[in-house]
Amino acid sequence: MSKRSKRLILPLLVAATVSACATKKRDLPPAPVTEAAPPPVATTAPVDGGGVSTEPVGSSNAPGSYADFVAQSGSDKILFEYDSYELDDEDRAVLGKQAEWLARYPSLRVTIEGHADERGTREYNLALGDRRATAAKNFLAAQGVATSRLSVISYGKERPSVEGTDEAALAQNRRAVTVVAGTR
Amino acid sequence: MRILLATLAVALAAPAAAQLRVDINSGIAQPLPIAVPVFPAANDAATDAGTPAELGVRIAGIIAADLRSSGLFRPLDPAAFTTVVGVADTVRPQFDAWRTVAAQALVTGTVSANPDGGITLACYAYDVFAGQELARQGFVTTAAGWRRAAHKCADLVYSRLTGESGYFDSRIVYVSETGARTKRIKRLAVMDQDGANHRFLTAGQALVLTPRFAPNQQTITYMSFEANRPRVWLYTLGSGRQAAIGEFAGMSFAPRFSPDGTALVFSMSVGGNTDVYRLNLASRQLARLTTQPGIDTSPSFSPDGSRIVFESDRGGAQQLYVMAADGSGQNRISFGEGRSASPVWSPRGDLIAFTRMGGGRFGIGVMRPDGSGERLLTNGYQDEGATWSPNGRVILFQRTMRGARTDLRSIDVSGQNERQVPTPLDGSDPAWSPLLP
Repeated sequence: MSKRSKRLILPLLVAATVSACATKKRDLPPAPVTEAAPPPVATTAPVDGGGVSTEPVGSSNAPGSYADFVAQSGSDKILFEYDSYELDDEDRAVLGKQAEWLARYPSLRVTIEGHADERGTREYNLALGDRRATAAKNFLAAQGVATSRLSVISYGKERPSVEGTDEAALAQNRRAVTVVAGTR
Repeated sequence: MRILLATLAVALAAPAAAQLRVDINSGIAQPLPIAVPVFPAANDAATDAGTPAELGVRIAGIIAADLRSSGLFRPLDPAAFTTVVGVADTVRPQFDAWRTVAAQALVTGTVSANPDGGITLACYAYDVFAGQELARQGFVTTAAGWRRAAHKCADLVYSRLTGESGYFDSRIVYVSETGARTKRIKRLAVMDQDGANHRFLTAGQALVLTPRFAPNQQTITYMSFEANRPRVWLYTLGSGRQAAIGEFAGMSFAPRFSPDGTALVFSMSVGGNTDVYRLNLASRQLARLTTQPGIDTSPSFSPDGSRIVFESDRGGAQQLYVMAADGSGQNRISFGEGRSASPVWSPRGDLIAFTRMGGGRFGIGVMRPDGSGERLLTNGYQDEGATWSPNGRVILFQRTMRGARTDLRSIDVSGQNERQVPTPLDGSDPAWSPLLP
């Protein structure tokens, strides 16, 4: 495997005490089979562009909206090969357009969600999702998007986009999704 | 629970070295036929859990179920029994009656209600053909603890006949799953080893993964996506208190306690690189144990706390490595076909269980800590997430059938006696507690 990410050794910010940052809550015993609300995932609803650019963007979507982002970038997601976090030409083209769009709306932040298919162990796949999201983040940063506007989260194999166990389904789930997270 | 040693009935001389023994190392060729008749009531006062007579029926059933589940014993059908056990028979069994049904061992005893509302379970084990007592112990508990008393009695029998410590009085924490795969609801849940006393710990709003017991069994470490910030948390069983262990630069996950409970090992991902860290829970001091580029994760301590096994893809794909607890001396131990991942050190120290991936299959395997003696115990579409029984004889894991449900399974370390562990919903990420005190 030649695909190694460049090593970034960042200082660790460890809280001095656990109580300073811990949240406390009481356990609420749930009914056994209640369909509770799914765990929160980043919203895909349109967000307010914050009164930024008014230039025409050739789309019926509200400028600066998430729908506009997807329409202008071609896609909000890139797909990966099995156990890979390498970007191919197609991925770079999509991310390049995402970077152009983000340049037009400098007040917006995005979160890049990294995902893996189910054919890996749980903990490794969390790390693999982080690698994929970071690969997309690093590319966007190299295109000039400020890193302060970019955050990553890995869902490992916990949030496939499609059900199914055939290769077509698995391929759709090996992805990094850029989600407009709101204004800075 | 108080344990009364040798205070029951008349003190008899310790039995001579028994002939009767279950050899657990040669696998389970022939489960030992054992009789577990209804335990007679020593008095008839009622308790919150029922009368001693009612409890005697249920306790005998639990002991028989425990012994059967080990695969080492074959409890006989009570319908075939030719005698009804009275209180006096528990200390002077009618061995002839048990020989006629071909029982090799007999488990019997009495249940009595105590003045404080609790119960006393007297538990005796006999070698039927030698006509000899093998073991005896009394257990005093609250009425609500009657199941635990039954498990303690089963552990006594298992231990006396196998020479190994038991594992029936223990618990399992796991992740209960429900809903579509694309929006799965996951909740922490605990239950007794046999599936009884099932209880949900979290409500399902936040995605939770990989719970593991502290050595004192009162605290569980796990990973939660609470507030979209994936990191390691602690859950305190008594109070229900949940707290993140700290604020770190990246995602923290794959936590496990050190054997003395003073530290956690876990992974953290920073800038696309994942390493293993150790956090001292008292001083909050964080030590980075691995520095290789790549994914270093799934750390698990040896039972003496001196070493850590973990997985790394530094060699190209997931393989197992062992290092000293301070991170020094990192050596690869797995070299077989495919990938090896998610290692867990046995509480006996003699084996490491892991997930083997290859040829489109995921199975659970074991190897010695030096990498020798590798054996695959299971082979499925997706078996993973191994955890050891407190005595290191049984492995619990999760099995996902292709496009179907995910459930918990157990298998003897010999590779025999695979069983489904019942859960109300789908189950994953099991972790076995130590024996309860």
